[in-house]
Amino acid sequence: MLLKGKAHKFGDDINTDDIIAATYLDSQDEKFLGSKCMENIDVGFAKRVNQGDIIVAGKNFGCGSSREHAPVSIKGLGITLVIAKSFARIFFRNAINIGLPIVELKEADTIATNDTLEVDLSVGLIRNITQDKTYKTSVFPDFLSGIIISGGLLKWVKTQKGGRK
Amino acid sequence: MPLTIIEKILLSHSRTKVLGDFVNADVDFCFGNDITAPLAVKEFIKAGFNSVFDTKKIGFICDHFLPARDAKAANNVELLRSFAKKYKIKNFYDIHQCGVEHVFLIERGLIQPGQLAIGADSHTCTMGALGAASFGVGSTDLAAAIHQGKCWFKVPEIIKFVYKGKPKKWVSGKDFILNTIGRIGVDGAMYSAMEFSGPAIRKLNMEARFTMTNMAIEAGGKTGIIEPDDITFSYLKSAQGSRFKFKKTMLQLKSDKGAKYKDTVDINVADLEPQVACPHLPSNVKPVRSLNKVKLNQVVIGSCTNGRISDLRIAAKVLKGRPVKKGVRAIILPGSPSVYKQMEKEKLLKVFLDSGCIVTPPTCGPCLGGHSGVLAKGEVALATTNRNFIGRMGSPESFVYLSSPAVAAASALSGRITHPEEVCK
Repeated sequence: MLLKGKAHKFGDDINTDDIIAATYLDSQDEKFLGSKCMENIDVGFAKRVNQGDIIVAGKNFGCGSSREHAPVSIKGLGITLVIAKSFARIFFRNAINIGLPIVELKEADTIATNDTLEVDLSVGLIRNITQDKTYKTSVFPDFLSGIIISGGLLKWVKTQKGGRK
Repeated sequence: MPLTIIEKILLSHSRTKVLGDFVNADVDFCFGNDITAPLAVKEFIKAGFNSVFDTKKIGFICDHFLPARDAKAANNVELLRSFAKKYKIKNFYDIHQCGVEHVFLIERGLIQPGQLAIGADSHTCTMGALGAASFGVGSTDLAAAIHQGKCWFKVPEIIKFVYKGKPKKWVSGKDFILNTIGRIGVDGAMYSAMEFSGPAIRKLNMEARFTMTNMAIEAGGKTGIIEPDDITFSYLKSAQGSRFKFKKTMLQLKSDKGAKYKDTVDINVADLEPQVACPHLPSNVKPVRSLNKVKLNQVVIGSCTNGRISDLRIAAKVLKGRPVKKGVRAIILPGSPSVYKQMEKEKLLKVFLDSGCIVTPPTCGPCLGGHSGVLAKGEVALATTNRNFIGRMGSPESFVYLSSPAVAAASALSGRITHPEEVCK
């Protein structure tokens, strides 16, 4: 899968209350949730994002609450990939489960806001076109690739032997 | 091969002989609340599933935006109610029947030592204090589990925390865990399970143990777990009555000698002062006395972290016969209807009302800035809850500090962050 978009930078320990404030959790509408993405920490963020853009963050992205509304709001806003130094575990599994691509990258700090990135997830390559740099990322273990390739957890469940209808 | 308690539970719930990197494990119970379960139900329907794995092993615990703060919140409960009715799901509970999920599930006996549970709520780790493997997951995980009774896990590494020493008066389980998070940071246990052990844990009552496992997620932990002992079993007998069925196998829920840990952290609690986490991270921890100039607009005592009867007893002991400082809203947030009832029975309710506190129904409301105690711009709160992120309790320009019930109660009296010793001479 080849993705291309502009980077939006965030720091360390961005929590899911930052990504989507609790007061909006009564909605399950991904477009609405997208319009409120990062509202508590960056008021104009949702308006600056274009379809296909990429979030780049520091360590422990998505820590805190289990709210799946967080990756849903990112996806709903049109972000196609989140790159971070590391992810908090529930955010990590939620992103895999709903089919929001995520990538761990140690050198995430070197990417700047508005850098144009081109990412080939199948081989684990990120090209920073603005800075003319290339980064190699780790690829997912087979078990997780299986879920990702199926298009998310519920589609994967259906492919499993003995799965119910 | 010697195994830790959590590895034993994962292994006994997966259909393999040896634990690999990932397991697809059978769950004994899965649940969600009024904000996570509606998303799970919608995903379940979208996926075209039309059966549930076990009508008795699924729970909808409606506690976050309830009693319904508005029509949207009420509609979400209605969605869960009708789904539960359609699939004959037994454990649907509206707010007046349950209170806060991590308090209620234990009272009701829906999760037992040695079981594997998942909840679409990050504080599902609370139940680890029983010696259960209890993991917070997302809504899609819950949708899959409702249908097939399974959940995938990366088998975690385990960090062992060993607590030693006799804590001073006013130092509680909350101070142990805040201190721990302060030491290792909000990602200190990322992807790892936290096993709490040592002589100081063995002396803690169950409710203080729940406070500790509740906040494992605040250090990034996959869960927190404590080996069950006689204190666990007698607590369950008294809290659950005939619903608790002791089994001999529960005595084997211990980590083997020689089991492998990623790391071991020794913590001496003998010198520990009451701890307070400052804005805007639970790891930003300082001793209470260093913060005695911080003035407060609101104090919240309760929640899934500290809303059990022993927490309220401590708060009442500090507040008894003393007035809450003028200008401070002191909100008491009991964890469940039965905690509320017990609070009335022990006359704690009168103590709180006489002091000038307001008592809310059991709900998550103020903890996540949902309702019943939302902060205005510039306001400062001290809460016994678990998170103090930017905007967690309302305005993104408000400030939340976290502490034990004793510190919160003492601070409500003085209007600033206060060591309980100062008011209880």
